[in-house]
Amino acid sequence: MNASTTKETAIKTGFLVVALASIVILAMIVVFLFREGLPIFRKVSVRDFLLGRYWYPTADPPDFGIFPLIVGSVVVTLLSCVIAVPLGVLSAVYVSEIAGSRMKEILKPAIELLASLPSVVIGFFGMVVVAPTLQEWFDIPTGLNVLNASIMLALMAIPTISSISEDALHGVRRELREASLALGATRWETISRVMIPAALSGLSTAVILGMSRAIGETMVVLMVAGGAAAIPESIFDACRPMPASIAAEMAEAPFRGDHYHALFATGVVLFMMTLAFNLVADMIAAKYKQVGTATL
Amino acid sequence: MSTSAKMETRNMSFYYGESKALENISIAFQACRVTSLIGPSGCGKSTFLRTLNRMNDIIAGTRVEGEVLLDGRSIYDADVDVVDIRRRVGMVFQKPNPFPKTIFNDVAYGLRIRGLRNRTELYDRVEASLKAAAIWDEVKDRLNESALGLSGGQQQRVCIARALAVEPEVLLMDEPASALDPIATQKIEELIRALRDRYTIIIVTHNMQQAARISDETAFLYMGKLVEVGKTDMIFTKPSCRRTEDYITGRFG
Ligand SMILES: Nc1ncnc2c1ncn2[C@@H]1O[C@H](COP(=O)(O)OP(=O)(O)OP(=O)(O)O)[C@@H](O)[C@H]1O
Ligand SMILES: [Mg+2]
Repeated sequence: MNASTTKETAIKTGFLVVALASIVILAMIVVFLFREGLPIFRKVSVRDFLLGRYWYPTADPPDFGIFPLIVGSVVVTLLSCVIAVPLGVLSAVYVSEIAGSRMKEILKPAIELLASLPSVVIGFFGMVVVAPTLQEWFDIPTGLNVLNASIMLALMAIPTISSISEDALHGVRRELREASLALGATRWETISRVMIPAALSGLSTAVILGMSRAIGETMVVLMVAGGAAAIPESIFDACRPMPASIAAEMAEAPFRGDHYHALFATGVVLFMMTLAFNLVADMIAAKYKQVGTATL
Repeated sequence: MSTSAKMETRNMSFYYGESKALENISIAFQACRVTSLIGPSGCGKSTFLRTLNRMNDIIAGTRVEGEVLLDGRSIYDADVDVVDIRRRVGMVFQKPNPFPKTIFNDVAYGLRIRGLRNRTELYDRVEASLKAAAIWDEVKDRLNESALGLSGGQQQRVCIARALAVEPEVLLMDEPASALDPIATQKIEELIRALRDRYTIIIVTHNMQQAARISDETAFLYMGKLVEVGKTDMIFTKPSCRRTEDYITGRFG
């Protein structure tokens, strides 16, 4: 009796330590990020940093305006969503509601495999296959642009969106589906009018987490977005999303120089954006959990 | 007699994969009667009920043998539209299962998927159904709220209203009151008695008193077989099979 409680306390403490350790490490990273990023604001105002249209960190005098980088990230993320959300959600609907069990056995692992492709491989595919194709189809000078980056990011977001959406649909009570079918609804009516609305909170979470995956992705945008630190005027323009900028420039930025601090501050902005995405996803999930299912 | 049956099964057997859940069941349900299905847990009552509106179709690997007739026509024929069958043979489930929609939209669901768009007509039909399900007075001021905020008994009556809204001919009920308290149960029973004039009702119940109170006919199922069926008072006073008597008097099951 006594021995078992001691053992239990030991196990509990062990788990607590592990849990605390990850929180502490996370906190340290955040502190470090801010400590290295904030000094840039002695040189430029927050406003000029966020809204400045010129990013010439190595010019003399340098310009530290990351607005083009923010626009690059946002545009690429939104466009990738436009591609990935319908594909991700529809594939989830197909896998969970329509596909026969054999088709499911093929499709599910295939989608998961897409998730396991290293991003550098996807980037490579974008450079070597997609870029020349786009160049030819649209008769543009380079295929390394917003569109290419969006397609590649969509490829990375689809598995996330699809698998979370599938869980959400799966979580809809079987009774609801049966109730709808028993009223004489077809399978498609049941999916579109009962299953999807009932899974809406989970589907929104899926979309937001997919976006947050896309906005933080570095390697792909570094390889296929084209790299120009200017505000893109069309989807065929090159751009330079925030992660690409950080990754490309960090090595050449003098340690604890202004450029270095500016890159860290860019990291802070990126962190805030992904954090916001995740908080919104959590809020949606929590809000609807209280009612059990989404209320229309 | 059997030719005038509203719904009927003839030598019907049912399989989940290899395992036989129902064996050779022949039973006729007359129009505007309430029939109770009783029997121990796992004997196949729900399975049987679900063969009558082809709900088992959605379970992979299931198979029906023999015939199930609605107005003398087989509902499993290749040219029969399952959607049409399910409209004519409505179903109320054991656990209230309102949609995550407003009460109005919930009850209007079956009408809308049938293409009814006219707002006033929809409203009239919803009102009539909620009245028929004896829930109108309790929900008339909250039609635009979620049905999930209602009590279990109220939810179940909304579900009954939803089933009635599409004007089925037969109503299948699988232990519709088993998740409810005695007062809510009494309301559902009153409702079933009131509905019997217009619908052919087949109800599964574990509650012998309930079966005795509400049904004209009672059928006793045991291990996938129909042991006996007859007038409710006969089954409860002079059952012809020993098994039925044992079950009714609570000696097993
Ligand atoms: N989806 C299924 N797949 C395989 N077997 C099933 C399935 N559903 C039910 N069965 C089996 O069929 C038999 C009859 O089940 P059924 O649910 O019809 O019984 P029941 O009389 O409704 O029981 P209860 O009173 O507990 O609801 C049981 O042996 C059960 O295990
Ligand atoms: Mg049952």
